[in-house]
Amino acid sequence: MTALLELRNVSAGYGAFRALFGVSVEVQPGEAVAILGANGVGKTTLARVATGLLAPTSGAVLVDGADMSGTATYRFARAGVAHAPEGRSVFATLSVEDNLRLSFRQSKGRANTPAALAKAFELFPMLAARRHQIAGTLSGGQQRMLAMARVIVEEPSLLVADELSLGLAPIVVDEVYRSLRRLKENGSALLIVEQHVGHALALCDRAILLDRGTVSWSGPAREAAERVATHVFENDSSSDGDGDSGDATAATAG
Amino acid sequence: MTLATGVGADFLRALLQGTPPGTVYALVALGFVLTYKTSGVFNLAFGAQAYVSAAMYYKAHTEWGWSIIPALVLSVFVLAPAIGLTLERLVFRYLRTGTSVAKLVVTIGISLALPNIFELITNFKGVVGRTPAGIVPNGAGVFYDPFGVYPFSRDELTTIGVAVFAMLCLAALFRFSAIGLQMRAVVESPRMTELNGIRSDRVSAVSWALSSTFAGLAGVLIAPRFNTLAAPDFFNLVVVAIAAAILGRLVSLPRALAGGLGLGMVISLLGTFLPRWVQSNPWLRPFQENLTPAVPFVVLFGVLVLWPAIRRSREVSDPLSGVDPPISSLALATRSARSHLIARVVTVGALGTVAAIVYFRADASWMFLVTQAVIMATIYLSVTMITGLAGQISLCQGTFAAIGGFGVYQLATLHGMSVLVAAPIAAVIAAAVGAVLSLPVLRLGGIWTAVATLAFAFFFDAVAIKFSWVGGGNTSLMQGTRVPRPVLGPWDFADDRAFLVLAVVVFIIVSIVVVQIRGGTIGRTLRAIRGSEVAAQSIGISPARARVVAFAVSAAIAALGGALLSIHQKNVNYGSNFSPVSSLFWLVLVVSLGSRTIEGAALAGAAYSIFDPLILRGTIFGWILRSPDRVPGIFPISPKWRLILFGLGTLQFARHPEGAVEYWRSRTARSLAARQRSAPGTPEAPDAPNESDAPNGAVTS
Ligand SMILES: Nc1ncnc2c1ncn2[C@@H]1O[C@H](COP(=O)(O)OP(=O)(O)O)[C@@H](O)[C@H]1O
Ligand SMILES: [Mg+2]
Repeated sequence: MTALLELRNVSAGYGAFRALFGVSVEVQPGEAVAILGANGVGKTTLARVATGLLAPTSGAVLVDGADMSGTATYRFARAGVAHAPEGRSVFATLSVEDNLRLSFRQSKGRANTPAALAKAFELFPMLAARRHQIAGTLSGGQQRMLAMARVIVEEPSLLVADELSLGLAPIVVDEVYRSLRRLKENGSALLIVEQHVGHALALCDRAILLDRGTVSWSGPAREAAERVATHVFENDSSSDGDGDSGDATAATAG
Repeated sequence: MTLATGVGADFLRALLQGTPPGTVYALVALGFVLTYKTSGVFNLAFGAQAYVSAAMYYKAHTEWGWSIIPALVLSVFVLAPAIGLTLERLVFRYLRTGTSVAKLVVTIGISLALPNIFELITNFKGVVGRTPAGIVPNGAGVFYDPFGVYPFSRDELTTIGVAVFAMLCLAALFRFSAIGLQMRAVVESPRMTELNGIRSDRVSAVSWALSSTFAGLAGVLIAPRFNTLAAPDFFNLVVVAIAAAILGRLVSLPRALAGGLGLGMVISLLGTFLPRWVQSNPWLRPFQENLTPAVPFVVLFGVLVLWPAIRRSREVSDPLSGVDPPISSLALATRSARSHLIARVVTVGALGTVAAIVYFRADASWMFLVTQAVIMATIYLSVTMITGLAGQISLCQGTFAAIGGFGVYQLATLHGMSVLVAAPIAAVIAAAVGAVLSLPVLRLGGIWTAVATLAFAFFFDAVAIKFSWVGGGNTSLMQGTRVPRPVLGPWDFADDRAFLVLAVVVFIIVSIVVVQIRGGTIGRTLRAIRGSEVAAQSIGISPARARVVAFAVSAAIAALGGALLSIHQKNVNYGSNFSPVSSLFWLVLVVSLGSRTIEGAALAGAAYSIFDPLILRGTIFGWILRSPDRVPGIFPISPKWRLILFGLGTLQFARHPEGAVEYWRSRTARSLAARQRSAPGTPEAPDAPNESDAPNGAVTS
């Protein structure tokens, strides 16, 4: 069975700065994988590489077995990889409806757009009430729900979700994770980046720990909880032997 | 016909009379809004794009004798989209992540370069004293008079029809089509649009082709309103149209249309009724002559300053801009003290040699050019001050320089003061004007500061110079704006050599002032604001005072330089030296060569004055080959190349805001550092970064 997404020994960075050093990650169809790690270890960078926002400097990114390294972001999206980026992930200048329409028109075609819109508004009545409101004036939680409405209706084969719970009230976080669970039940694979591990580990099958740009541990989500407790939050600055973080010190150039 | 008399009829007539020019403003405003909406660029090159199509149409229809349809197809539906696509592909694609100010500066560069490129390629000479033909047969000769008070020409009716029709089509495009929505999405975030599976580069290409076609159409329709065909007319029209567009917050097409029409009608009403009021209130007379041309600029300035919502509706930042690597640091910060010193010594030595050669060997014409270069460099230090240091774009430096020139003219020629006293007084006057102007203008920030200063420059151009206490009024019509050269003790500056020395001394003094300000509290404050205004304010730095000082000093420097230039040329020569368009060229020169350093200003001065005679005429090759006869046959190159080269040089500014000189330096410094790193003995860095010229290349887009 070919993996839905495979990062093969990927390195990536920003200009002269390197953030990832030979990272390998696989996501099987329908599987949920959590990427965990402290601030600044490269989780977002990994998510960006996985959806084509950032091209790897070496290594390969495969979607459904096809090498997509260095191809344009829109091709990833058309191959079924959706990305809910860190921070604001909706178009602030477009209305709620236009946000959804933009996406559905592309993924579902002109004929199916009205039905997709109706479905989104049915699932999220809060959005229906605000369909003509400019998305930038929604609250952070409402913006998140808008982003979730989009992916739930689209049912991508893989959703890369980056820190979806960041800055949200607990009750909204619960709702976001309910949506994610629903997505998983409908057959989408998930790659979930989180600092708040509780929810993520409850949802995911496997977990991957990142430490300063390398994978320091990976295994079943059940075992990850205790690793995380010691590894990430207590001594996240010291290397505990199973990562090669000594070599992984980020190189900068002036 | 009862309607034809009485105030009511006059009112109606004025309204109808204002419709054709109003439609022209509306058409340009629509195009401007279209570009802003679909590409996010505040496109000051819109006029240049319109001009090129109008010129192409003229060439095909009038010079080659093509009939209307093929000429229209060629100029509007082939050439215009081709220009749009070229601009997108070669320029704006690389600026997507740039700031809106950087993009604005690039459009200024393009607005200078594009007409010249066109004129060079097609050998178009411009048209003077002949009204270009419209797009309907005999458009200027057939009239219709639907209301019996004002007859519209066929050209005018066509323009009105096309403007309304275009507005409806575009509104429908944005409301109902997928591409309309995609274009708006790409403006906010190309990357997030791609995450929705949409090819953002293709969408941008469509945007540019569309808006450029519209510019071309507008150009062809507008041309018959002029009795010339020249690029600056179109630029002025764009500034007027911005006033209309801004009434619709730059996004509403119907309001842009209404704004344009309204502006045309208001001007026409003023033209009709103001003379009557003046007859009963004579004190209004000066306003009557000057108010009408100034209306659009007053509106533009007033709206910007008094309607803050306009500014708040400015762009939302791209949430995915975090994918881009940070901008590289300034070379000055990374260079060692030793290489700094060496660079200084070499520069000063070279300059000294050149100065000595010029002083002892140059003939009168070279002496003139070099002196002019030094004076221009002084003026350009004012750009260093406001743009390089305070990070604001001012498009009215020519106006401040003009205040210097006219100040000297007024005080010295009309009031008998010595010019050496008059020049500093003029500088102080300019500083006061600058300080007052800076209060409303600098608060705007970003592109709005640029636009407000542009409005001020056009206001000065349209109104202020007509006052006798500025431009000299009737006296100057009879005698010109002559300015004498000074005498100071034993030195008679009527001698060109002595004057060169004076100019150099002034340049050095002003340089020292700029360096002192840059290194002092004000400079540090300005740098802090440039980084982040909010952050600076939160640690107790007040931007207002530092900005006012920077703007006032900048105005004073420009005025001092302008005064010197006028003294040097023995005349103010407002039209050729200080018009609003010259401010644009100055800015373009300085930012493309380096707006943060004295060297940048000096080079820009040289580029202004001696690039053309030295390089483009091939003189330097004559010197190198030691014979003017052996200058290669490609010389002389057309002086248009100067505008083209430096216009396109603004691209460099957008990608490397430090300017060409600093960029080149920091590259050298970095490659030196890289060589030292990989030298034997130092530990091999396994992840040595690939020194990439365009870091964006790593990011798919
Ligand atoms: N645009 C950028 N330019 C340069 N460095 C960046 C950029 N974005 C992130 N980084 C750096 O890359 C490293 C990894 O960042 P990121 O992937 O955002 O970490 P995380 O999401 O795990 O907090 C950090 O050291 C961060 O400072
Ligand atoms: Mg992150």
